[in-house]
Amino acid sequence: MNFKLPRTLRQLMHRRTVLLSMIVLLVIAVLAIGAPLFASADPNDTAVLDRLKPPSMAHLLGTDELGRDMYSRIVHGARYSLSIAGLTALGSVVFGTLLGLVAGFFRRLDAPIMRVVDAMMSFPDILLAIALVAILGASLGNVVLALVLVYTPRVARVVRASTLVVRELLFIEAVRALGVRTSRILWRHVLPNLMSPILVQVSFIFAYAILAEAGLSFLGVGVPPEIPTWGTMVAGSQQYADRAFWVVLFPGLAIIFTALSLQLVGDGVRDLLDPKLKKAA
Amino acid sequence: MFRFLASRFAGMLVVLAIVAVLVFVLTRAASGDPVSVLLGDQATAADIARVQVEYGLDKPLPVQFGYWLREVLNGNLGTSIFLQRPVTQALWERAEPTTLLSLMAVAIAALIGLPCGIASAVFRGRWIDQFFTGIAMLGASIPSFWLGIVLIQIFAVSFGWFPVSGYGAPDAPLTERLHALILPAAVLGLLNSALIIRFTRASMLDVLGEDYVRTARSKGLDEGTVVLKHALRNALVPIVTVLGLTAALMIGGAVVTETVFGLPGVGSLVVNAVLRRDYPVIQGALLVIAAIYVLINFAIDLLYAVVDPRVKV
Repeated sequence: MNFKLPRTLRQLMHRRTVLLSMIVLLVIAVLAIGAPLFASADPNDTAVLDRLKPPSMAHLLGTDELGRDMYSRIVHGARYSLSIAGLTALGSVVFGTLLGLVAGFFRRLDAPIMRVVDAMMSFPDILLAIALVAILGASLGNVVLALVLVYTPRVARVVRASTLVVRELLFIEAVRALGVRTSRILWRHVLPNLMSPILVQVSFIFAYAILAEAGLSFLGVGVPPEIPTWGTMVAGSQQYADRAFWVVLFPGLAIIFTALSLQLVGDGVRDLLDPKLKKAA
Repeated sequence: MFRFLASRFAGMLVVLAIVAVLVFVLTRAASGDPVSVLLGDQATAADIARVQVEYGLDKPLPVQFGYWLREVLNGNLGTSIFLQRPVTQALWERAEPTTLLSLMAVAIAALIGLPCGIASAVFRGRWIDQFFTGIAMLGASIPSFWLGIVLIQIFAVSFGWFPVSGYGAPDAPLTERLHALILPAAVLGLLNSALIIRFTRASMLDVLGEDYVRTARSKGLDEGTVVLKHALRNALVPIVTVLGLTAALMIGGAVVTETVFGLPGVGSLVVNAVLRRDYPVIQGALLVIAAIYVLINFAIDLLYAVVDPRVKV
């Protein structure tokens, strides 16, 4: 497959929703990376006299129950929420691809790997994540680790399905007949043909992980509450929702916009790349 | 047919066994030494040694797993450290709200998802398709706790139509308890309808391209009959699968929604157990929840074999 990113990217840009989603993601990413620049107010600065103030020029998105600036907290929270979700997507795609590739390519390893995958997937996502965080201990790193363990089986299943298709293609037989080493076949010939389902998985798991992290934090079993993520913000302020709707509304919107944009981009990639594997993805 | 069922059954047993090993290893890794949990920090070394022998904890881990599995197969999931009650009893008490909630939620998801998905497939590529596909994406992007809080603010706090939280007293009439489940079921139903829309659309598109659909059209049947009778019936099989699995995943997977609405369900039992480090409950609940999912999955396979004549191998 000739995987030319610039051309693909150009084609993606032609779709309005995808383009818009990419712009949204870009803005969020830039804000998150340059958080101290774009949101100069300290996200943890409490001001008792400014509790639960509605949005104003001084506080663009209002303040929470401790008088902390909501805009600044959302922008700084993006750093944590996006890093957790991004690392989760990366980790589960790397491990899931490895497992799926091996299971799909080597018949003898297929059943053992996939039965473990089935077993892992018979726990509801969020419940498995809760249990894993409980076992590992609540910290940023452990939340990522738990979510990676939750989503790896999902990726493995998708990659295995696609590998089964690619394995039977004629050119694989051809390179095997040429005596190419198996590791090289997997790396150079099978893997590149799996790029489209893998990319789709990256964007979808990125989105799911944002929601999962928020859910964990909301339940109080995720990242420690003093770290501002979009989830901990809603969790900490929810009892004030009747008096100050913005404490819940804005972090929620941040989650929704990010997750939606990620899924729209993923969907665009799925439609565009490699129509041959569309079904498997 | 028999071979198909036998292989599925064997596969199910293997998955159940792996689930049991996972649950055992994970919770054992977490709780560390169960004896010190049981006896507290006042215990003497002699006490600890005695209890270790009594519970077989001096044996190697695989042997301990065997002991545990034997108890589990006899229906004994241990005793909750915090609740001082058998885990099975605690789970049973929580079963009603969770079961009713997941059934109501799946019904709502189907009521929304099926018509929208069918419309999307029939009007493929037109605005109505794009609209519903967009709605489906949106539904998959909204955190359940957020939607729950928003709906509580609107329909419980402002309008006062529903209780803000809770499930009513155990002796309250069933209608009152069902009433308390409407908002949480709406949250889960709305969010899960996203998946049902996508699935219905994909499944309908597959079927609408089939020859017999063209035949039905060419013999002059009106489009409504073709879509609803000929196409939908055949498209329904995978959709029913997803609905069944969605319901299964909500047992325990609805934990966030249960917490937002203060429902005494299975999910909130697990979260409370996690917060209190009540490992017997975590262990028992995880095992039962995963087992239910595996069994429902198997039951759907059985149903396939009975309903669908193509499944014969």
